[in-house]
Amino acid sequence: MSKSAIFTGLVIFIIVALFPFWINLGEIKPAPEPELLGKAKAAKKCVLDKIDMRANHMSLLDEWRDSVVRNANRIYTNTEGKEFEMSLSTGDNSCLGCHEDKSKFCDKCHNYASVDPYCWECHTDPKEIK
Amino acid sequence: MMKKSRRSFLKVAAVSAIGIGAAPAISLSSSSNSQSTSNAVKSKNHEAKTAKRWGMVINCTKISDEVAENIVEACHKNHNVPDFNHEVNTEKYPNTRPVNHKQEVKWIWEEHFKYAFPDKEDEFLADKYKNLPFLVLCNHCKSAPCVKACPTQATFKREDGIVIMDFHRCIGCRFCMAACPFGSRSFNFRDPRPFIEETNPDFPTRSKGVVEKCNLCAERLAKGEQPYCVEASEGAIVVGDLEDPDSDIRALLNENYTIRRKQTLGTEPSVYYIM
Ligand code: SF4
Ligand code: SF4
Ligand code: SF4
Repeated sequence: MSKSAIFTGLVIFIIVALFPFWINLGEIKPAPEPELLGKAKAAKKCVLDKIDMRANHMSLLDEWRDSVVRNANRIYTNTEGKEFEMSLSTGDNSCLGCHEDKSKFCDKCHNYASVDPYCWECHTDPKEIK
Repeated sequence: MMKKSRRSFLKVAAVSAIGIGAAPAISLSSSSNSQSTSNAVKSKNHEAKTAKRWGMVINCTKISDEVAENIVEACHKNHNVPDFNHEVNTEKYPNTRPVNHKQEVKWIWEEHFKYAFPDKEDEFLADKYKNLPFLVLCNHCKSAPCVKACPTQATFKREDGIVIMDFHRCIGCRFCMAACPFGSRSFNFRDPRPFIEETNPDFPTRSKGVVEKCNLCAERLAKGEQPYCVEASEGAIVVGDLEDPDSDIRALLNENYTIRRKQTLGTEPSVYYIM
């Protein structure tokens, strides 16, 4: 077989194999930054350190729901002695009580990462029901 | 080439195996999660109402049709219980199937004497009882069959006697509904949201495929408040600690003759009725 035919085949193969990379080339977007607004911005620190919250908020929330529903303990006092209501959305001292805009906070990363937590099938965003 | 005896090779292999095995444990203990939450405390609200065993007394002589309606409304509105008579907003919820009223969801409702107390029915029952509205709800049974039936422990008994549901865990198998002899539980055959007129932001809704029932207003007691039905009852309903001999509820039980629903089944209901 001629050399050129082999090379053409090879080039075509490489182009096809790298299809997922070049098709998305123009669309690479940086990871979104969740926006801290109002109270959350002023508070500077969440329940745990930022790096902890980023990595572990899901297990924290999981712990919280068991605590509230199963042990009837609803107040979380963090290592600095600050108290929080262990609730996604009820009251000023809950998650959304501080992070006032779910769509600019939770949804930003969740949409980017294509995760679809089912919290909001039951829990309500006070903004959305008004 | 360096020569290695079998013995020295095994030594090195064993040490590296330990290292590999220990790696997850080491990274776990040094992970920020366990460090920063180890000193955190979970506790009750300072003003929370507590009891050894919560119970309820309903004074049927004080409940008129109007009061009964107010009570049901107060409970259902505040707990985002769907009302299938509510006209659906078709813009927000297009393609909503027509309702089947047999699939209604209820936490507390009015019942005739003969259905509320079938074992006490009598052909010569005083007329006044035939027409009174009897409010029925979950009895928070001391020996609750629903709790025993639930395969996931989504339905469980709290330390304070409240039989409550962890909606997150419910898989919708409905064993609890088959087990409850009082029909106190409802299943969500469909997404309840289109049928909630005004959503109370202080309580979640449910989703399709979970069971729900009265939670004795656990979320209110946690804040030191009275249940909604008690507030709306104009003094006809009282909740309190059955195990506390000095409680209001025990005083009521001491002064009045009370009955419970289907006592013979042995579930030991915690809801008492003054006739
Ligand atoms: S009334 Fe039914 S649902 Fe309530 S505790 Fe008793 S068995 Fe369970
Ligand atoms: S329907 Fe839910 S609460 Fe009832 S028995 Fe099944 S899992 Fe438990
Ligand atoms: S105690 Fe609360 S949940 Fe139960 S019937 Fe009364 S208002 Fe409804």
